[in-house]
Amino acid sequence: MSAWSRVPELLASHVLLAAAALLLGLAVSLPLSVWAARNRHVARVALGFASLVQTIPALALLALFYPVLLATSALVGGGVPALGFVPSLLALGLYALLPILRNGVAGLTGIDPAVREAADGVGMTPRQKLWIVEAPLAAPVLMAGIRTAAVWTIGAATLSTTVGYPSLGDLIFAGLQTQDWALVMTGCIAAAALALATDALLGLIERGIKVRRRGLIALGAALLFTGTGLALAPSLVPQQPVVRIGAKNFSEQYILARLIGRRLEAAGYRVLYREGLGSAVIFRALAAGDVDVYVDYAGTLWTNEMKRRDAPDPKRMVAAIGRWAAQEHGVGLVGPLGFENAYAIAVRGSDAQRLGLKTLDDLARASPRMVLGTDLEFLERPEWAAVRDAYSLRFSATRAYSPTFMYRAIDSGAVDAISAFSSDGRIAAQKLVVLADPRHAIPSYDALLLVSQKRAHDQRFIAALKPLVGRIDVEAMRAANFSVDRDRDKRTPGEAAAGLDARLR
Amino acid sequence: MSGVEFQHVSKAFGATLAVDGVSCSIAPGSFVALVGSSGSGKSTLLKTVNRLVVPDSGRVLLDGADVADAEPHALRRRIGYVFQNIGLFPHLTVAENVAIGLRLEHRPENGRVAELLALVGLPPECATRMPDQLSGGQQQRVGVARALALGPKLMLMDEPFGALDPVTRDALGRAYRGLHELLGLTTIMVTHDMAEALLLADRVLVMAAGRIVGDGTPADLLAGRAGPEAAALVDVPRTQAERLKELGA
Repeated sequence: MSAWSRVPELLASHVLLAAAALLLGLAVSLPLSVWAARNRHVARVALGFASLVQTIPALALLALFYPVLLATSALVGGGVPALGFVPSLLALGLYALLPILRNGVAGLTGIDPAVREAADGVGMTPRQKLWIVEAPLAAPVLMAGIRTAAVWTIGAATLSTTVGYPSLGDLIFAGLQTQDWALVMTGCIAAAALALATDALLGLIERGIKVRRRGLIALGAALLFTGTGLALAPSLVPQQPVVRIGAKNFSEQYILARLIGRRLEAAGYRVLYREGLGSAVIFRALAAGDVDVYVDYAGTLWTNEMKRRDAPDPKRMVAAIGRWAAQEHGVGLVGPLGFENAYAIAVRGSDAQRLGLKTLDDLARASPRMVLGTDLEFLERPEWAAVRDAYSLRFSATRAYSPTFMYRAIDSGAVDAISAFSSDGRIAAQKLVVLADPRHAIPSYDALLLVSQKRAHDQRFIAALKPLVGRIDVEAMRAANFSVDRDRDKRTPGEAAAGLDARLR
Repeated sequence: MSGVEFQHVSKAFGATLAVDGVSCSIAPGSFVALVGSSGSGKSTLLKTVNRLVVPDSGRVLLDGADVADAEPHALRRRIGYVFQNIGLFPHLTVAENVAIGLRLEHRPENGRVAELLALVGLPPECATRMPDQLSGGQQQRVGVARALALGPKLMLMDEPFGALDPVTRDALGRAYRGLHELLGLTTIMVTHDMAEALLLADRVLVMAAGRIVGDGTPADLLAGRAGPEAAALVDVPRTQAERLKELGA
């Protein structure tokens, strides 16, 4: 599959988000600039707030809107989407505030006091003064701020992937995860080209304002509107209703999403993928109906969502999760897929032999001289607290990586133990040894196929997915994962899913 | 008719009393110079007329009506205002600057710009230039033309020629005095230059510490009949003139 084939659809969605966020930023910051330029207190508060927003990493800002919107939705009796377009729009709109506001205020306060005095002296009303004198004189400085905001917004829009809004970031995140550098480059180049083109056109308008050439301003604006229109064209084509398949941010999830997608397409559904969602948001997205189907893991739901700290027998656990999901969230459990993807602490085989490491008890003895590498969320998860406390693990240091780089880190010796995933093909490929958990500190992680409330009652939908239940053994999953994760002869998640599908039939 | 009457006008900026209970009447058609050292309150007093400054107490009457009763923008369109820093709109051409009052009032231009440029002694080709392409003297001529565009009867001039070189300054002063006669204007001009005041005005008001401390015709001032402060200020150009004479002799 050529990476470029997904660009038009993602570009349309990317442009829609960036343009809407920039317009939102303008709608808020332009009047605020005028007010702030007239009132020092307002300027201090507004600029202070905008600067504060700017210090929050864009990724965190996007994530923060999730609980805020959820609470808002609860407050107004539902209906406010907490994932997808709305949080992306709000976060990026906030992000666009500062450069516009700062330059708007600077442009307005930088106007020669004599010119203001003359505007009053000739008898302009405050409104006339703003439109005839202040706005045109502040415009060049303001335009520079708008250019900065536009470039930032287009860049940060790639992060909207993480809250389930499709953007060019889909290519970057998926490529980063599966080490498909062509995919990463495609996403980066497309986003950069979009930013540069937008900046150039806004620059043309800025130049037109500076040299007072209306033709230049009109040309820049016309090209900008045409470009936006062309980019949006694919999204304007009416579409039949689609199934949204969710995936977290690692290869297995991408493959399973594609496998589910193949089965649903075969049953006549049109599918879209919402990839790269965090563990914390994906279940809620399903509960809210933003995602129709995805695969989660028993232990993850057990600890994160149900807040349970025990680790019972897997069968009882799955049954309890099914009851809880249906009662609390109306979410349907189609069934376990047949394999487990548990957190597993793994060490290099050579170390295991040299230090005699077989269980986590053995590791506890050696841990003060070892560094633990984890994925980005493990250290914050209750499983880590449970396993750490059960075995009194005391590593000399911990480092968090994206999963791909975590495996690289243990290979290179940067870390000595990692929070591996039991279905990961790289465990065997890198000759890592998984340490046993005799105290049963880590719960079971059976892969569970979950569907939204709406799809739970869709017989055709369930019938298309039911054949997957209990059919995927851990060997098959490991092989599929490794075909995507390995460095040579890599498969795309789609190809791996096709291979897995063939094996199941 | 465009008489101005100040009634007990006071204005303080913080703890500083800029104008201290000034009462004074200015007859229609007169050319009054408001003289005093910097900080004497003369600019502040001038700006109470077109409400660029609002007095803390007292009233300013224009043709018998309190200026506080009019909308500020409507009041200002009836009064020409020229000041030292000129304040031409840098993004508008000379013609657009001159016609700004017409634009605000939605009145047709009808050759008014050319007429005004001729009136202030600027060549017609200036109309399409941008302000920064003009010399300082030309810019202030545009400033005067802009102030005259709506045909005001009262002109307020705040150190109008203060930033110009002496030759330009003299030429512009004389030219304006001509316009004052021609158009039958009432003019109040703030200046710190006593010689300019004596040469241009019919009446000179001397201000110190927010009060009017001297009031008379140029002849009164030169004869020492307008009080000691006025005499001290008149002494400066007189002594200079005498010394110049000696140098020449």
